[in-house]
Amino acid sequence: MDSVADSQRTLYPYVTGSSVVAIKYKDGILMAADMGGSYGSTLRYKSVERLKPIGKHSLLGASGEISDFQEIMRYLDELILVDNMWDDGNSLGPKEVHNYLTRVMYNRRNKFNPLWNSLVLGGVKKGEKYLGTVNMIGINYEDNHVATGLGNHLARPILRDEWNENLTFEEGVKLLEKCMRVLLYRDRSAVNKIQISKITEEGATVYPPFSLRTYWEFSAFQNPTAGAEGSW
Amino acid sequence: MDQVDFNAPHSMGTTIIGVTYNGGVVLGADSRTSTGVYVANRASDKITKLTDNVYVCRSGSAADSQVVSDYVRYFLHQHTIQLGQPATVKVAANLVRLLAYNNKNNLQTGLIVGGWDKYEGGQIYGVPLGGTIVQQPFAIGGSGSSYLYGFFDQAWKEGMTQEEAEELVKKAVSLAIARDGASGGVVRTVIINSEGVTRNFYPGDQLPIWHDELESHNSLLDILGAPEPMNI
Repeated sequence: MDSVADSQRTLYPYVTGSSVVAIKYKDGILMAADMGGSYGSTLRYKSVERLKPIGKHSLLGASGEISDFQEIMRYLDELILVDNMWDDGNSLGPKEVHNYLTRVMYNRRNKFNPLWNSLVLGGVKKGEKYLGTVNMIGINYEDNHVATGLGNHLARPILRDEWNENLTFEEGVKLLEKCMRVLLYRDRSAVNKIQISKITEEGATVYPPFSLRTYWEFSAFQNPTAGAEGSW
Repeated sequence: MDQVDFNAPHSMGTTIIGVTYNGGVVLGADSRTSTGVYVANRASDKITKLTDNVYVCRSGSAADSQVVSDYVRYFLHQHTIQLGQPATVKVAANLVRLLAYNNKNNLQTGLIVGGWDKYEGGQIYGVPLGGTIVQQPFAIGGSGSSYLYGFFDQAWKEGMTQEEAEELVKKAVSLAIARDGASGGVVRTVIINSEGVTRNFYPGDQLPIWHDELESHNSLLDILGAPEPMNI
């Protein structure tokens, strides 16, 4: 019986998504992620959608094992379905969905069979903006800006410096793009195809994928080892 | 999973290539050096001078490949003085082999030695892990090379011109960068023939777009046609 249980465990991830970055802005939440599904160090899939609307009020962004993310989507689809079936005019808000996900992730962690993801859950309900994150060991918190993976090290410092509560849509998009560009330069598993999505009181929009321009024209990049052969 | 390991050895994940053509050789490489998942240097120069007429492409451990090339440069310098004329490519490659072979338990570096001399013209020697030496009309190495075996089987031709050879190298490195997370940045090429040495530099925006990649933009806002925020 143990061997059956063992074969069900996720011991290590196979197809993984990289960072998700999200911020609160004037009208709601903005979230960004690239569309890469890496298979170890191979950039195997380049059109993986990692940002999904949940119900009427929430957006989920996922990094980590893609198959586990797809399973989480199945759980959430069922959650929303049952919520709709009550037909009572009420609907699950982002705080509730985040709480549900936290319970799922933590309980799996306690059984030593984690869902190998770091999730970002953002949304707006009745004018109240919410942005939270939960990861594979059940650590969860909310903040004005969150990120997963390398985004915590590379994007959050930029956001700490440049975020404010009154960002317009345009300012928010530019700020997220700045973060995604740094990730493109400095994260091995980043892929240059990005999706940005927003959620406001009116609903969720996932924008079409696009690529970012990168800059390589620093004079120092031309001949970095002149005078120091063998260095880099 | 979300760790950046700053104590991980610096490794040049890498794609390196050396190709002979009807007047000399073309060496090519990407420019990414990574520490775990973090890109420590996005514009490295992995094509290192051993003598005026012999260069080496380095892959694997940045430290190991550097120290091997430093020793070989030192020995070749003395050898050139004693010989009274430029060293041959074969001698340079064999010095590399001796170091790689005799220190095989302690080194983790794959090298491609390429150059031109008046006796044999353009030559390419591969020195993979373990210290084997193998002369080839073209050589590929580094983690990105896995994605290029099929490409070269199909695209390599005997007796190419300098332009064809450089175009082949540029295309190949660019294809590898598209799929290997450990390769990235710019494409650097070095052309060596009887006339001398030419270095070239090709940033991402000058490389072709492959499958599932998109043309790049400054911002999503340009695509959406949203008005730019006012700058006073």
